[in-house]
Amino acid sequence: MSAALLAPEADDDRPLLTVSGLTKYYGERPGCLDVGFDLHPGEVLAIVGESGSGKSTLLSLLACRLAPTRGTIRYRMRNGAMRDVMSLTEAERRLLMRTDWGFVHQDAAQGLRMRVSAGANVGERLMALGQRHYGDIRAQAKDWLQRVEIDTDRIDDPPRSFSGGMRQRLQIARNLVTAPRLVLMDEPTGGLDVSVQARLLDLLRGLVADLGLAVVIVTHDLAVARLVSHRLMVMRQGSVIETGLTDQVLDDPREPYTQLLVSSVLQV
Amino acid sequence: MNAPAASGYNFAYLDEQTKRMIRRAILKAIAIPGYQVPFASREMPMPYGWGTGGVQVTASIIGEDDVLKVIDQGSDDTTNAVSIRKFFEKTTGVATTTATGEATIIQTRHRIPEAPLTEGQVLVYQVPIPEPLRFLEPRETETRTMHALEEYGLMHVKLYEDIARHGHIATSYDYPVMVAGRYLMDPSPTPKFDNPKMHRSAALQLFGAGREKRIYAIPPYTDVVSLDFEDHPFEVNRFDTPCALCGASGVYLDEVVLDDRGRRMFVCSDTDHCETRRADGHRGADGDATP
Repeated sequence: MSAALLAPEADDDRPLLTVSGLTKYYGERPGCLDVGFDLHPGEVLAIVGESGSGKSTLLSLLACRLAPTRGTIRYRMRNGAMRDVMSLTEAERRLLMRTDWGFVHQDAAQGLRMRVSAGANVGERLMALGQRHYGDIRAQAKDWLQRVEIDTDRIDDPPRSFSGGMRQRLQIARNLVTAPRLVLMDEPTGGLDVSVQARLLDLLRGLVADLGLAVVIVTHDLAVARLVSHRLMVMRQGSVIETGLTDQVLDDPREPYTQLLVSSVLQV
Repeated sequence: MNAPAASGYNFAYLDEQTKRMIRRAILKAIAIPGYQVPFASREMPMPYGWGTGGVQVTASIIGEDDVLKVIDQGSDDTTNAVSIRKFFEKTTGVATTTATGEATIIQTRHRIPEAPLTEGQVLVYQVPIPEPLRFLEPRETETRTMHALEEYGLMHVKLYEDIARHGHIATSYDYPVMVAGRYLMDPSPTPKFDNPKMHRSAALQLFGAGREKRIYAIPPYTDVVSLDFEDHPFEVNRFDTPCALCGASGVYLDEVVLDDRGRRMFVCSDTDHCETRRADGHRGADGDATP
């Protein structure tokens, strides 16, 4: 990993991502209403809420998989210019998505190529960027497998032969190999058993801190939000009803709905 | 063999409006080398997979003065080649030949003839699957976008997998190429041995896929580069022995099993090339055997 790519820009006070007035209607029905936030480099924002609250819609909008009805998503490019993501050409947007952004799916099968080897999965983004040296690509793939704690002699095995936790870690490696600055995550620990979840969260927290990633993580699990995120947004019926520092929101929820959400977590 | 064309049919089977439509697609394909042009493929009197695309292309460009050669796996006398040659004899009455040098149109299923092609010749390929990214990305909408935006990294994922599994690029036919530095193209199931012959060829190369309804082309003298890695460069198949019949080396050989005790011989896949050489007095190790 070259240090130049990770060095923080001089003007780090400026947000990396500015979202304002983001609204999506599915016909008459609102999916997401007037959402706005700033995300700074190195910051982890968790979006929590019950199912149907619009958090996945919001993430799809951020990832440009859905076109918003209203609102803007502005992103600070590597050259420092703020650009409206929706106004980029398709070529620019796709390039941005596979270099400077990452997307971690809940179901690893959606984010991985299940039929090709782990090494090729990690190397795909590098090859898409024009790397044409097999030895180099393989070395980088190996390095990333190590960083996500996958045994390097599994490099030629397809992800189909991996366990759920390994697949998820492989998906993370595949996304981080191009040193992105923003990663969107959709329930990355959903469907994993608790001990695997804990290990993945631990790894995630380490990587986020080491690489200075900005992350938007969608989860219904408040424990996940507590562990990895700095800030928290609570959504309900498409709107953001409460936002603040994670510890503050979870320890001292103001909205009745948030209080309900926090108190409904089982205590062991 | 200038038999009169079969009565009741238009010259070369297809009606003139259909030929016109296909010629338009061919012209567009020539204008954008390597780009797959959709066309309204017709039902032909032969099954899909037998070269319906190639036959439609040939039928659209053939004229009364043309001389046609048809090969299948380099051979002039296998079923596919014989049937298609007969089809055009019947529906056009044009002269046919097996000699590469005499032909003006050569329709082929796999091979490119060993004898260098010249200006004025047209090589027509029968293509089963025109989309090189098909098996990596099944969505046609997505592969079209990838072609439009020149996102070809995925093709290297396949080559990477080859090296990871076999230690070298094991793809030996259908080997992907870049045409004129822009479009990724599937050269149809030609052996990769023939890929270098496509590069800056003097002949016009047309590709027709009937079932998939696509036509693409390589105009004469166009750059055709086989994909590879810096540390695993493209290599063609090598043969240890020369042709057993004509002694030619540096040509593509077919293995012929001679009996059930493991005897075999390797002979030229291009039968015309082999026969021409033998007529010129060249002999291989097994030179007097009949192929």
